[in-house]
Amino acid sequence: MTAVAAKQAFVRELLGRSDYAIIGDIISPGARVLDLGCGEGELLQWLAANKSVDARGVEIAGEKVRRAIARGVSVFQGDIDEGLADYPDRAFDYVILSQTLQETRHPRRVLREMLRVGRRGIVAFPNFGHWRVRLSMLASGRAPRTKLFPYEWYDSPNIHFLTVEDFEALAALEGLTVERRYFLAGHRKVGLMPNLLAEVAVFLVSAGK
Amino acid sequence: MIVEASVVRFDSIALDSGAALAPVDVAYETYGQLNAARSNAILVLHAFSGDAHAAGISPETGKPGWWDNMIGPGKAFDTNKYFVISSNVLGGCRGTTGPSSINPATGCPYGMSFPGITISDMVRLEKMLIDALKIPRLLTVTGGSMGGMQALEWAVAYPDRVVSAIPIATTTRHSAQQIAFNEVGRQAIMADPDWNGGDYYGKQLPARGLAVARMVGHITYMSDDSMREKFGRRLRGKENFGFDFDVDFEVESYLRYRGSQFVGRFDANSYLYITKAMDYFDLTNGQGSLTAALAPAQARFLVISFSSDWLYPSYQSQEIVRALRARNCDVAYAELPSNYGHDSFLVDVAEQTELIRGFLASTLEKTA
Repeated sequence: MTAVAAKQAFVRELLGRSDYAIIGDIISPGARVLDLGCGEGELLQWLAANKSVDARGVEIAGEKVRRAIARGVSVFQGDIDEGLADYPDRAFDYVILSQTLQETRHPRRVLREMLRVGRRGIVAFPNFGHWRVRLSMLASGRAPRTKLFPYEWYDSPNIHFLTVEDFEALAALEGLTVERRYFLAGHRKVGLMPNLLAEVAVFLVSAGK
Repeated sequence: MIVEASVVRFDSIALDSGAALAPVDVAYETYGQLNAARSNAILVLHAFSGDAHAAGISPETGKPGWWDNMIGPGKAFDTNKYFVISSNVLGGCRGTTGPSSINPATGCPYGMSFPGITISDMVRLEKMLIDALKIPRLLTVTGGSMGGMQALEWAVAYPDRVVSAIPIATTTRHSAQQIAFNEVGRQAIMADPDWNGGDYYGKQLPARGLAVARMVGHITYMSDDSMREKFGRRLRGKENFGFDFDVDFEVESYLRYRGSQFVGRFDANSYLYITKAMDYFDLTNGQGSLTAALAPAQARFLVISFSSDWLYPSYQSQEIVRALRARNCDVAYAELPSNYGHDSFLVDVAEQTELIRGFLASTLEKTA
């Protein structure tokens, strides 16, 4: 656990999101950044303007791609489950997977690809192990619906649910090095029992030990 | 905005075929103002049957340019900000030297003695024009269809002269299907007895052959949906079939009209030469792979395709994008939803405008 995380510090928002603020802090100026599932490119636009990064994105939804390009962000319309093969190895300093891993069909393949084309990966995801999710399921006996997982099971874009512990286990299985980990509940950093208390987790990972 | 065409003459141009043309004229128009740094110039490249008249009202014909909905104050290529240049291609018939031009050696039109040309010949001549206009680097080169081929060629042939490129509804090389449609057009022209081996100037024009060629072309520019919407099976000025092979259906009337109208503004030999140049075009050009061929490219790219374009399908644009990504080039790509087929880039411009406006503004910002 990092010292900062242990302080239960307040995390400011970036573009309305605390995980963006953390990602914005992690990324070094002038870096080459690829955002997988970049949506309308708000984060990339911010990174380009404030950190002078070389920003690229991949997004599958046509409408979002158009908005991102209209913002001046270089976004490619495509499926990240298939679409990374063209990039050369180590083309990027950071590959961002923000609230996207749980929506991919082949998360392990996407993780491997992101760490082939990038020197580091930043993975942010909603924690399915949060106590509210557990309570919701225990109490209702139905697929949990919470602030973080607001969808009916049949409408949900989330097709692979994972917890903080699940990601730690997968990282170990894949032989990834977790360089930094951040846990958030609302605007607060979570120190103790992140698997129970964190709503969102952000991992900075690299390939190999 | 009333615009006038200019013509610049060069002593000669060396062609890929080994032949040379001397002299060679280029017709062009410009819109907007070149800034003091000469850094806001955009070269717009027309498609197969286009010309230098891309925007504004022509004093000659009174007609708006072929991309008037994209070029002008406040439009995608905003002439309040950018200096837009549009020229007629080599081999054309609208002011730039082509087969209908007078061969100074004979005093007669070139006809079939005009040398074979390529897309890179066209681009070489455009580069001479840009040199003559003393523009060090183009902010962007852009065009749809054959214009997109030229934009790609520019990015590879003169990488230090283009900041960005916007190839639209285009390909790095024609498929067998695309060559096949062009060949039908050429055969229609050459099968017309009035074509007369290309020697028809001052005589009866090969109007029937050229009109049929254009009819085929028009079908490929539309989509099944857009034709259903525009014509359906509606009859033209009659309640019942005529049983006489005169026009029955609206779509027949439309195609005949577009065919005959084309004869008045386009030269049949230019049709032959330019379609061949498109068929010959192959950006890989002996480089082994597209990725290898794109090695010199430094430009930032915006690639656009249209969902209903079956003549230049999205997979061809995606091939460009994949090769650029493999080179780690800065490339944005979107497939725009549109029902208008290949013609989408000319008629369905709202979303295209949004993309290009943002792309240009951020490109200008990056270069500043």
